[in-house]
Amino acid sequence: MEPIIEVRHLTHTYSVGTPFQRDAVHDVSFTVEKGEFLGIIGHTGSGKSTLIQHLNGLLRPTSGEVLLSGRDIWAEPRKIRSVRFRVGLVFQYPEYQLFEETVYKDIAFGPSNMGKTGAELDACVRESAKLVGLGEEILEKSPFELSGGQKRRVALAGVMAMRPEVLILDEPTAGLDPAGRENLMANIRDYRENSGSTILLVSHSMDEVARNADRILVLKSAGILMQGTPREVFARGGELLSAGLDVPQTTRIAMALRRRGAAIDPAVYTVEDLSREILALRGRDAIC
Amino acid sequence: MLKDITLGQYFPGDTPAHKLDPRTKILLVILYIVALFQARSLLTYAIMTVTFVLCARISKVGAKALLKGLKPVVIIVLFTGFLNLFFTPGEVIFQLGFLRLTDAGVYNALRMVVRIMLLITGTFLLTYTTSPIALTDALERMLNPLKKVHVPVHELAMVMSIALRFIPTLIEETDKIMSAQKARGADFESGNLLQKAKALVPVLVPLFVSSFRRADELAVAMECRCYHGGEGRTRLHVLHFAGRDYLALTLGCAITAAVIILARLGF
Repeated sequence: MEPIIEVRHLTHTYSVGTPFQRDAVHDVSFTVEKGEFLGIIGHTGSGKSTLIQHLNGLLRPTSGEVLLSGRDIWAEPRKIRSVRFRVGLVFQYPEYQLFEETVYKDIAFGPSNMGKTGAELDACVRESAKLVGLGEEILEKSPFELSGGQKRRVALAGVMAMRPEVLILDEPTAGLDPAGRENLMANIRDYRENSGSTILLVSHSMDEVARNADRILVLKSAGILMQGTPREVFARGGELLSAGLDVPQTTRIAMALRRRGAAIDPAVYTVEDLSREILALRGRDAIC
Repeated sequence: MLKDITLGQYFPGDTPAHKLDPRTKILLVILYIVALFQARSLLTYAIMTVTFVLCARISKVGAKALLKGLKPVVIIVLFTGFLNLFFTPGEVIFQLGFLRLTDAGVYNALRMVVRIMLLITGTFLLTYTTSPIALTDALERMLNPLKKVHVPVHELAMVMSIALRFIPTLIEETDKIMSAQKARGADFESGNLLQKAKALVPVLVPLFVSSFRRADELAVAMECRCYHGGEGRTRLHVLHFAGRDYLALTLGCAITAAVIILARLGF
């Protein structure tokens, strides 16, 4: 695997030279492999949002650098827009950014900024609308008459239509009902399969991250607390909890069982793993 | 960045200046401005400068913050200084083309520049030590007599405090929407004026939509708390003049009177 994004000693300081000066991100280094699904978790104010805005060049590091396919994205500041087409960023509550008269035009905003026209543009728009499950009949509607969940999907399609190699999502499921959440995550998985792109998912929900991510980055007060596979990260569930973060419900159960003396793997994070572990225990008749 | 805009920013604090009744501070600023425009001579200017420095000291405002407050008017100050410097009739000291430096010009320029700087930084002290809410509160109380002639004083004050309250929120929102559209390749920097104006549509439409949404939410929230205008409304914090307010006002009146009398006497 080759790295697609490399972040080296990234520091971002807000309000330099005023009494309000503080580091939102402090000396953070990590690598994202091509095609991987990276989950980023951390408290509000841990620097998640600031960090991801560096990855597509919306913010410029105070110090340190961001490499995209081995090249510093700020090597040519005038061409920073081309970075934004390769690294798509979906903000929190993206439905508040819709502005066009029709859904079709709104989705077309990104790709037409890239210079796409005619049949190519049309294909981009229809394909990404289909990916997020928006029917043809919705394309000609005004985005303002749609439901909340539909608006969110239009906004998501607007970024996917640029076919970014890296798709970063900031809390994409915030404020949706459980069915809407599952739908949206399925859309994102579909996009990944369809385009082979790299996904970075920022989330509060441990369960969501645990279910989808290959690797997890945990941020705490402007720095990286830990990183690794879900197994490695959730094996340190105690640390996560004491950092004020959550662990998946299944990990919570496993931890509770362990505290009661059951010989159970503390790093389970899926329902399947947990039930297998519990059945194994029953087989050995360790408890009950 | 947009966030750096400061519109008479308030800095919370616990100085005697912060504790003064906002009405007192508004009156003091009015007195200060009157005195400032009466001042002519070196002596009266010295009195005003000393008064200002003392007030700034009491309010614990740093020189840096004051200078930052002057930033938006730098051009006006320089322009006034320039005009006065070269276009005041008097004894010519130095001449370059049509520019004539006169002794009266130097004197006038200095006076005007100092006056504007004192004026801006003086009023800055008011917004520095008084929260926007306290200010509108004070204005409402001071304009209360106008209710007799059916001026909707309470409503105006409410509109003002809501507007002030939402300035930072809207700035933050604009910032967010601009970032989001930039992430989709929007370009706000290049192009001619028309293209730049057009590029703002993707920012303005969502901003308007969200402003209406916020207005709607705020109206519902206010109604849920039974807001029905100023009629019969009581206050949590009733403004009271305390000893320090009378003291401050007396001092303010005395200084203003002194400056006016000195100016009339030709000093």
